[in-house]
Amino acid sequence: MTAQDFWVLSPEIAMALLALVVISVDLVTRSMAKVSTVAFVGLVVPLILTLNLWNGWFGDPATGPALFDTFEADRFSLFFKFILLTVMAGTILASAKYIASDRMKDYGGEFVSLVLLSVTGMMILVSATELITIYVALELTALPVVALAAIHRSKQGVEAGTKFFVLSAISSALLLYGFAYIYGYTGSTNLHLIMERLAVLPTEPGVPFGSYAVLLSVIMIVAGFGFKMAVVPWQMWVPDVYQGAPTPVAAFLSVASKAAAFAVIMRIMYVAFGDANLMQDWSGLFAILAAVTMTLGNTLALSQSNIKRLLGYSTIAQAGYILVGLASVPANQVGATSAGAGPQSVLYYLAGYAFTNLAVFFAVIAITSRTNDDSIAGLNGLLKRSPLLAGLLVFGLLSLLGMPPTVGFMTKVVVFGAALNANLTWLVVIGVMNTVIAAYYYLRVIRAIVFEDAVDESQFSADKPILVAAGFAAIGAGVFGLAPFLMLDLAEKALSIVPAMITG
Amino acid sequence: MFDGLLTITVFLPAAVGLLVAIFARGKNSDQQIRWISIGATVVTFVLTVMVFVGYDQDLAGVQMIDYLERWIPIDALRSSYLIGVDGLSAPLVLLTGILGMAAALGSWRIKKRLREYFMWLLLLQTSVLGVFVSLDLMLFFIFFEFELIPMFMLIAIWGSGRPRYSAMKFVLFTLAGGAFMLVGILAIYVTPGVNTLAMVSIPELGIVGVPELIAGADLVVPAALIFTFFFIAFAVKLPLWPVHSWLPDAHTDAPTAVSVMLAGVLLKMAGYGLLRISLGFFQETKGFTIHDVAGYMAVVAAVSVIYGGIITIRQTDMKRLIAYSSISHMGFVMLGVAAVGSSAVETSTAGLNGAALQMFTHGTITGLAFLMVGLSYDRTHTRHIPHLGGLWKKMPLIAIFFLIAGFGSLGLPALSGFVAEIMIFLGTFSVWPWATGVSAFGVVLAAGYTLWMVQRVFFGARPTSPGISDEVYDNLTDANWVDMVPVIALAAPIFIVGIWPSVITDMFDIGIQAVVR
Repeated sequence: MTAQDFWVLSPEIAMALLALVVISVDLVTRSMAKVSTVAFVGLVVPLILTLNLWNGWFGDPATGPALFDTFEADRFSLFFKFILLTVMAGTILASAKYIASDRMKDYGGEFVSLVLLSVTGMMILVSATELITIYVALELTALPVVALAAIHRSKQGVEAGTKFFVLSAISSALLLYGFAYIYGYTGSTNLHLIMERLAVLPTEPGVPFGSYAVLLSVIMIVAGFGFKMAVVPWQMWVPDVYQGAPTPVAAFLSVASKAAAFAVIMRIMYVAFGDANLMQDWSGLFAILAAVTMTLGNTLALSQSNIKRLLGYSTIAQAGYILVGLASVPANQVGATSAGAGPQSVLYYLAGYAFTNLAVFFAVIAITSRTNDDSIAGLNGLLKRSPLLAGLLVFGLLSLLGMPPTVGFMTKVVVFGAALNANLTWLVVIGVMNTVIAAYYYLRVIRAIVFEDAVDESQFSADKPILVAAGFAAIGAGVFGLAPFLMLDLAEKALSIVPAMITG
Repeated sequence: MFDGLLTITVFLPAAVGLLVAIFARGKNSDQQIRWISIGATVVTFVLTVMVFVGYDQDLAGVQMIDYLERWIPIDALRSSYLIGVDGLSAPLVLLTGILGMAAALGSWRIKKRLREYFMWLLLLQTSVLGVFVSLDLMLFFIFFEFELIPMFMLIAIWGSGRPRYSAMKFVLFTLAGGAFMLVGILAIYVTPGVNTLAMVSIPELGIVGVPELIAGADLVVPAALIFTFFFIAFAVKLPLWPVHSWLPDAHTDAPTAVSVMLAGVLLKMAGYGLLRISLGFFQETKGFTIHDVAGYMAVVAAVSVIYGGIITIRQTDMKRLIAYSSISHMGFVMLGVAAVGSSAVETSTAGLNGAALQMFTHGTITGLAFLMVGLSYDRTHTRHIPHLGGLWKKMPLIAIFFLIAGFGSLGLPALSGFVAEIMIFLGTFSVWPWATGVSAFGVVLAAGYTLWMVQRVFFGARPTSPGISDEVYDNLTDANWVDMVPVIALAAPIFIVGIWPSVITDMFDIGIQAVVR
């Protein structure tokens, strides 16, 4: 490794070290408060290192590839690293009380360091530009989550962990299969080289992607990441795991895992399959997936009575909206607008969704940890029992619903706008219809909170750390909704670094 | 360019409402919340007066612009934070300032969940102000839709009767209308060569608005369809027959102050939209212009006026009666807009000016009427007209101001309603004589239902059981000074505009001239 490699990898190295430090602190002290504090404060180091790479405080911002062209700290990856670090900080705050609880306090340090390691994996994942590195990073991402889901050793937790493990294994297998095909066809695992070689290889007319090998490979890759993105038809683990796993883990999964998966699929698609013809082919694939995912996610959410399961289905539906942005590729552009609208809208959607969903999940954690009831009926009369938490939750749900002027509305409008520009009017129609379906179940939860009468009228409030986390997430959602340009400008910068994304 | 005054005016109520909701705690917080919230609306009122007076009529055009070009800076949907006032919006901003203050004052006696109540009421005022000053379609849409949340909460939590049903009905009707509007907005935006959402052209900022850009352009979606999308949204909100049925329910079940806001300013968002968008955008569009449907608009307007009037006469609930009368009165707004079918510029602008003025006057008159019903109901605890009678002797002040609202509503000369209606009739009679003639009969109906109600409620014999028991009747009290402050605030503009209409009409005329090109 050269000094350059260290420089490029510095945020990930800092994260891995932080995980080790946390576990050591856990050995020395038995105070979970200290563990949380160390982890939270320690996050400043990778954050500064990431900011440094973005701004170039100590040298050139465009650091170029590292580790023999397998890893790139471009602004696209750094954008996602900011999201991941934000989610990480929120998760630490949100689980501070949880890891100090009686049944968790023996594994508190492990809990935090496992989450840190998983995020380390995701940070590598969003930067990886080579298939083997992607695969290794993916495993580093998934395995800690298996342990996290089952950390209670309760029946539900173990079931959730096993389910997640088995399905991750299957998805990895599919992914490797896809990688093997593309390697066999092009003779390279490097995304840039794959693009170059695909351009010169002969194509069969009439076959999507120009050859059956590439077609199969793309389908396998999309299927493999489909699990992580929680896209129909690879979504069935989501509600079970969300319900069975500890809620902070579910919150973490619903945001971080999804963002990382979307980042890597975008990179693979735009860098390796970024040719205009190929782009139109996979755009169609994602458009169909988007339509199915939105519709099924929203329809299944209608009949849920458990808030965690409902949120599980809601995250599936949200993944569908993100896919709409992914399908809006530059190659299909109709208007005279610039090409980056589709990918830019995906980044904006993911960031807005991250803040919104964290606010919702954290509020749910804070509530259910007091009421010990995660049915929707358990939220009855919440407004009287805990006005602040109820306010946060209602705000978050309205944003997920897409009510103006929340960030949820802005991101949806931007994504649909990009889709209209990419000639996907039918998909926009389905998307708009879906938001109306979604309104029903989100409003049902809001009705329970605001109008129903509680059985138990006792007042309660949340713990400070999680309230701070939820509050910040909600403020983030509010700010990026009222001032979309703040996030859209960042997203635009994040695009311009990936060369394939501004051509076409 | 960032003037700042409008931004402050729009967001002041919301900011105060949210801060109060978060920070007002403790034993005496109720009284503090009342004073702070009312204070916020009074300050907002002063600001709206500054906006109205500060508008330079000689300069015309759009003024007091706050412009942040890169608000949604993505090519797929380039939208700016662009707010400003012109002759059309300035009087409506003032109206919102007046009614917001009256509604807050009229909420003095609210006790239930006070903190949230004022938060929603203030958020409502912000969203309505936002609609009137937005000059970017996306911004306009957001404010137009955002108003649903506060209204839903205000009706559902503080309402009476069947509040949740009415609140839901209100939301579903408006949401459906709004969805059509959003499709219309996107359809305009994706038209090649448009790529902007600015609602007006502002030469000094280099902004070319949608009306100019779509004039004569080949639209992706037929102009008639886009027009229909917008028209549905506004017809629901105005409301026009046959999509009016949410209005009586929402009004009847809403708390008094919310009815004041609903009738006073929320319905005007639709009238404003008709003038600014339906009229402003679709005069020179290819294949279809608003002139093609002006005749149908006149017919729908006449049906609304007469249907609303006849239904109103049959009502036995005072509040429901006034709610139905709104349908009739807002029909006149539609009728005025239909004057655009005239080939003579003088007549069509007379009708359009009348429509605009009718919005303003209806806001104050009906706001006052709802306020008086609320005051009467607070004392008698019934709104059922057959159960009431002879209230004149016990509460003369309430009766007098109720009578003023009634006279305004039936168009008595020297009150503002007369001026608006006469302008509308002058504008439309030469173009749509039949529709106008039929609509004029609506004024007769208005005289009928208003005077008949006043006669039954305030005059005649004292009520007998099961209406109001003797004991309750003997202890009835008249309005006190707390009640009278908002009443005066609403009654004053009725007289001022009635006697000196040009204070408002000159302003509207500037706006209408700019919209009609």
